[in-house]
Amino acid sequence: MHLRSMLLAGATALTATGAAAECAFDNDTPVKMLSAGFEAWKSVTDAMAECGNFEAELDQEFRTKQPAAFAADPSLYHLGGVSNGTITPLLNQGTVRPLDALVEEYGQHLKPNQLIRVGGQIMAVGMMVNTQHLMYRKDIFDELGLDVPETYDEVLEAAEVIEEAGVVEYPLGMTMKSGWNMGQDFNNMFIGYGGWFYDDEGMPTVNTEAGVNALETMKALTEYADPEVLVSDSTYVQQQFQQGKIAMANLWASRGGAMDNAEESQVVGDVYAAAAPRAVEGGPPATTLWWDGIVVARNITDAEAEAAFRVAMEGIDTEMVQESNDEAIWLIDGYQPNRLAEGAIATATAQPAPPSYPSTSQMGLMHTALGNELPAFFTGERSAEATLAAVEEAYITAAKEAGLLE
Amino acid sequence: MKFRTFAAFVAPSIVMMLIFIAFPLVTVFLNSFRITQPVVEQVEVETCTAGFLEQTCTTEIKTQPVLDAAGNQVTTTEWVGWLSYERVLGLAAMGEALAEGAWAGILNIDFWKALRFTLTFTLITLPLVIGLGLAIAIAVNNAARSLKGPVIFVSLLPFIITPVIGALSIRWLFYGDGIVTALLEQWLATDISVAANGWAIEILMMFYRVWHVAPFAFVIFYAGLQTVNQDTLESAIIDGANRWERLKYVIVPHLMPLIIFVALIHLMDAYRAFEEVVGFSSQAYRITLQWLTYDLLTPDDAGNRAISRASASAMLTMVGIVILLIPLLRRTWRDHHGKS
Repeated sequence: MHLRSMLLAGATALTATGAAAECAFDNDTPVKMLSAGFEAWKSVTDAMAECGNFEAELDQEFRTKQPAAFAADPSLYHLGGVSNGTITPLLNQGTVRPLDALVEEYGQHLKPNQLIRVGGQIMAVGMMVNTQHLMYRKDIFDELGLDVPETYDEVLEAAEVIEEAGVVEYPLGMTMKSGWNMGQDFNNMFIGYGGWFYDDEGMPTVNTEAGVNALETMKALTEYADPEVLVSDSTYVQQQFQQGKIAMANLWASRGGAMDNAEESQVVGDVYAAAAPRAVEGGPPATTLWWDGIVVARNITDAEAEAAFRVAMEGIDTEMVQESNDEAIWLIDGYQPNRLAEGAIATATAQPAPPSYPSTSQMGLMHTALGNELPAFFTGERSAEATLAAVEEAYITAAKEAGLLE
Repeated sequence: MKFRTFAAFVAPSIVMMLIFIAFPLVTVFLNSFRITQPVVEQVEVETCTAGFLEQTCTTEIKTQPVLDAAGNQVTTTEWVGWLSYERVLGLAAMGEALAEGAWAGILNIDFWKALRFTLTFTLITLPLVIGLGLAIAIAVNNAARSLKGPVIFVSLLPFIITPVIGALSIRWLFYGDGIVTALLEQWLATDISVAANGWAIEILMMFYRVWHVAPFAFVIFYAGLQTVNQDTLESAIIDGANRWERLKYVIVPHLMPLIIFVALIHLMDAYRAFEEVVGFSSQAYRITLQWLTYDLLTPDDAGNRAISRASASAMLTMVGIVILLIPLLRRTWRDHHGKS
């Protein structure tokens, strides 16, 4: 620990002294960027700022701002930080530009894996992957002689043992806050049971056996979680972990760093990560894969786009990764996976692999419908079938208004 | 006053009202009767996304908006009559529930669920706010002169705090292992999960609203108390009226116009309750009409937003407020009419 903090301090000192020199070129075109506000983006934008004339806005509300800001002419930002969920409106409105030529000229060092292609054109450059996977307290599992669960049946068995042992307040943490989180939790489980959200015509297909199974497994899991689970989001579960109140959770890989943050966490070094559990034997891990990356606006001049892209390349280079190695599961050369990255890597490389979260207009509507309608099942107001029927109805109404269904 | 002078004073305010109130209101009204949609096409697209080591490419049929030559979305706008209202009110689902005789089913429809809570919330907090405000005002009025300043300051504090912060501080007292919950747990030796019960959240939301708004009622009533006719009060004392009778027959009638004023403001505000839902994350259990409008208007990750339904929902909220206010407005109008 001591050694680690000294190394970190050394690294910080280096950054401070050699700041301006680290950028390979002197940027004289003003470049602005809008992205999400988590740690990884902070490191990336700090690295970009070294080139000069760069201004970043890190805002968790970026997803509501970005589509309108990029649709303006000229665009209010040159660069955008997106994920596979939030790139959809930009692609739909055609407000981001293909990057093939720029990658050709300035992005030769990028791995093919980083080049996000839509219809053959490079539309974004990926920098990290994220996924929800199993994080668990290794000390508790060792003490009770438990194996790391690989399926949700095993999760339930382990939870039972942990509950009986009474070593933590609740065996499980769950990100089931009504709205987006709840929707995402269902998405994971539903996919794990082999379900898919809509058919080729865009009609909903969640009121199925997979849907009912997903809801029932989720309900069985809530028995071992904090009864206040319907208000608990990722940050809440992260804190439950840090305060030693839970023994395992299906949580975002990007939250891993916080477990070893000695300022907040009482369980430094005790939390390990494994692949997301499967819902059925031989199925994919019950989760979705996400990437975060950078897009360049369409409504700017080519010269600006070029400068913006070059700045972006400086932000996601090996130097940055070496300084901020533990903040994300980087796709960039030079990344050294640490203990907590193992889970995400095991999830992403599992066979069969979990799907990427779909970037479609329908998925946006479906996610909202799920997030709003599912809580009634968990409060006991509605049966699983009635709830899923309500989800489909809400989805159809919204899809008709959005013009996606006749 | 000369008309020119009058106009010069009033014009800026009228222009502002037109720009910021009348114009948006007309737009919302129109939007609730029309739907603007992008023209979409189905295309087969190959998407390659990042895995950890290698990419996964999938080819799927995607529904995409059509872009024109300049790269902008092609949209169509259609007048749809009452369609968006029907959708917000969930008339189809309501018909089914009624046909099956499942009355409770209606409360599962967002609008009616929100209306049920909003009305309960508004009508229960109203007497509490007025009662508590009056009680504080009378207490302060009777307090020793040296105490008045500090007491007024402390009473006003909840009103000064930013609403969401106030809601969050009460949430932190009760949610999870909040101080109050932890104390209760120790005292009762059981496990309490406040946020796992709809009714508990409902009570907390009302508690917060009363706590937050009572100081406003207090300030108004306290000002009113300064103008109570002392002669009338003294003659009431001589006539043998006790404290309660003086309050009932002298003070309250004197404050009546102010009570109606506070009631009007409170009805308008409480019916538009919003920060409670956000502050207490009550969406799973309780939603309000204003929150429903907000939720419809918030774009999802794919950028879809239900502008037409949000407009219809906003118009319905306005209609609801007007209906709630009618009895009080009629009374005020009658009073004025009677006097003149």
